[in-house]
Amino acid sequence: MTKTATSRWRWKQPSIIPGFGLTLGFSLAYLSLIILIPLTGLVWRTASLGWGQFFSILFDERTLAALYISFGTALIAAVVNAVFGVLICWILVRYDFPGRRLIDAMVDLPFALPTAVAGIALASLYAPKGWIGAFFTPFDIRIAFTPIGIVVALIFIGLPFVVRTVQPVMEEIDREVEEAAATLGANRFQTIFKVLLPGLAPAVLTGFALAFARGVGEYGSVVFIAGNIPYVSEIAPLLIVIRLEEFNYAGATAVATIMLAISFAMLLVINLIQAWSRRRYGYV
Amino acid sequence: MSKSARTTHFRNPADESPLVKLLLILIGLAFLGFFLFLPLVGVFVEAFRKGAEAYVEALVEPDAVSAIKLTLLVAVIAVPLNLVFGVAAAWAIAKFEFKGKAFLTTLIDLPFSISPVISGLVYVLLFGSQSVLGPWLKSYGIEILFAVPGIVLATVFVTFPFVARELIPLMQDQGTGDEEAALSLGASGWQTFWFVTLPNIKWGLLYGVLLCNARAMGEFGAVSVVSGHVRGLTNTMPLHVEILYNEYNFVAAFAVASLLAALALVTLALKTLLELRFGAGGAGGRRH
Repeated sequence: MTKTATSRWRWKQPSIIPGFGLTLGFSLAYLSLIILIPLTGLVWRTASLGWGQFFSILFDERTLAALYISFGTALIAAVVNAVFGVLICWILVRYDFPGRRLIDAMVDLPFALPTAVAGIALASLYAPKGWIGAFFTPFDIRIAFTPIGIVVALIFIGLPFVVRTVQPVMEEIDREVEEAAATLGANRFQTIFKVLLPGLAPAVLTGFALAFARGVGEYGSVVFIAGNIPYVSEIAPLLIVIRLEEFNYAGATAVATIMLAISFAMLLVINLIQAWSRRRYGYV
Repeated sequence: MSKSARTTHFRNPADESPLVKLLLILIGLAFLGFFLFLPLVGVFVEAFRKGAEAYVEALVEPDAVSAIKLTLLVAVIAVPLNLVFGVAAAWAIAKFEFKGKAFLTTLIDLPFSISPVISGLVYVLLFGSQSVLGPWLKSYGIEILFAVPGIVLATVFVTFPFVARELIPLMQDQGTGDEEAALSLGASGWQTFWFVTLPNIKWGLLYGVLLCNARAMGEFGAVSVVSGHVRGLTNTMPLHVEILYNEYNFVAAFAVASLLAALALVTLALKTLLELRFGAGGAGGRRH
């Protein structure tokens, strides 16, 4: 990677800084070895199944139920997180109360806490005899070992995605906008819902999408609290693990490919919505 | 943090009444309490349910010790690998203009949008007994799957983006001016990196390494698929927690879990410290 060699490549702007060939070459090699080749293996394996077998696995009732549960619970959890995440951002950014700094730092806990630890902690907390679960037992509501338990685990996992995406944008909001709205006769409720929240929409959507995508694939925190009953509380990642344990590689591969495809499609759609809403409302 | 003036005593029309504020704060805290604080407290309470003696016993038991050792070993291999990759990728992406850069950045982020179980599955397909590679390597006595190399690979996969993700925006912000100055003053490429770039990015780098390490030690899904769960051999701490929990040995499960929770708390504390000292996002930024 001498300077003469690098400047000859048309796809790269000339630069006096050395190391382009070395660092890009290493990055690409490492990326290929760790990520791209193994992923290609997955796709190749799926392709070798043939359409007939692929569709028979996809339309298998247990697969459909697991996908429905995974995407459904992730969607509910992401909606809950979008609402409460914005509320938590609001109190962290706008209000002052004792322990605010500590709480701000603790919002990242789900990023740092291993998912298995979160899983057993939530399971014991929301179990019928647990600290929180016991409150619901008299009303005959079971949280742990039902789909509600899955939602609880996914709320835990997804919360920081919303808070950390929305918080910096909320901090940038100019108070003058709100004052102008108030001067023009808007009440506080109108100001918040018609002036502030639309501007936050792209950030909230991004956080929602990240929480949702993470929730769909989440495994560690969910398996302990879900109960894992086929057709009721069995998530798609667990179905992959079960198929692998049965040495049913075709089944595992097909479910994995479907999950990947749906996640990527949804991320794409949400990215488009986000680009649209940023053009329309964004504080940019 | 917004430090908007609230010194006046009449109520700003662009502000909520104290009652509404109190209500919102209480709702927010209750939500965090139910979903964040109680689970965390619960880990430690359950771990010490039968006293300190049972707690210590669960940690010095041979299977627990070998799980702790394996977890440390995996992190010691996986984190430096991703550290070197992160620095190299950030150098190529942040210091140069070339076509396909956005695509490369997307590819680096890819593991974040892949379920950990699928991250493990791809290695099972690659090195499993039904693959081409697995039996061939086995004939030379090399075991990847259900052995330490497989666990390391799966961990590297899931922690792949952490360091690069932290460094790329930071180094893009810093631009190439410092490096160009150093080079024009006669420094070599390596000297420029060690004495100019590295001091500029060290806090961001530390931040990325911290997050990478926390995930590497705590990864469950991907590792669980490739490990084979051999007690004392291929069990990492999170897998050991799972086994103990499924055996209804709750005190021991939570005791091991409490070590991981403590690691998470230390990570958060260091992360907060970095953010307070060196600005938001832990990114060191330009400090001269």
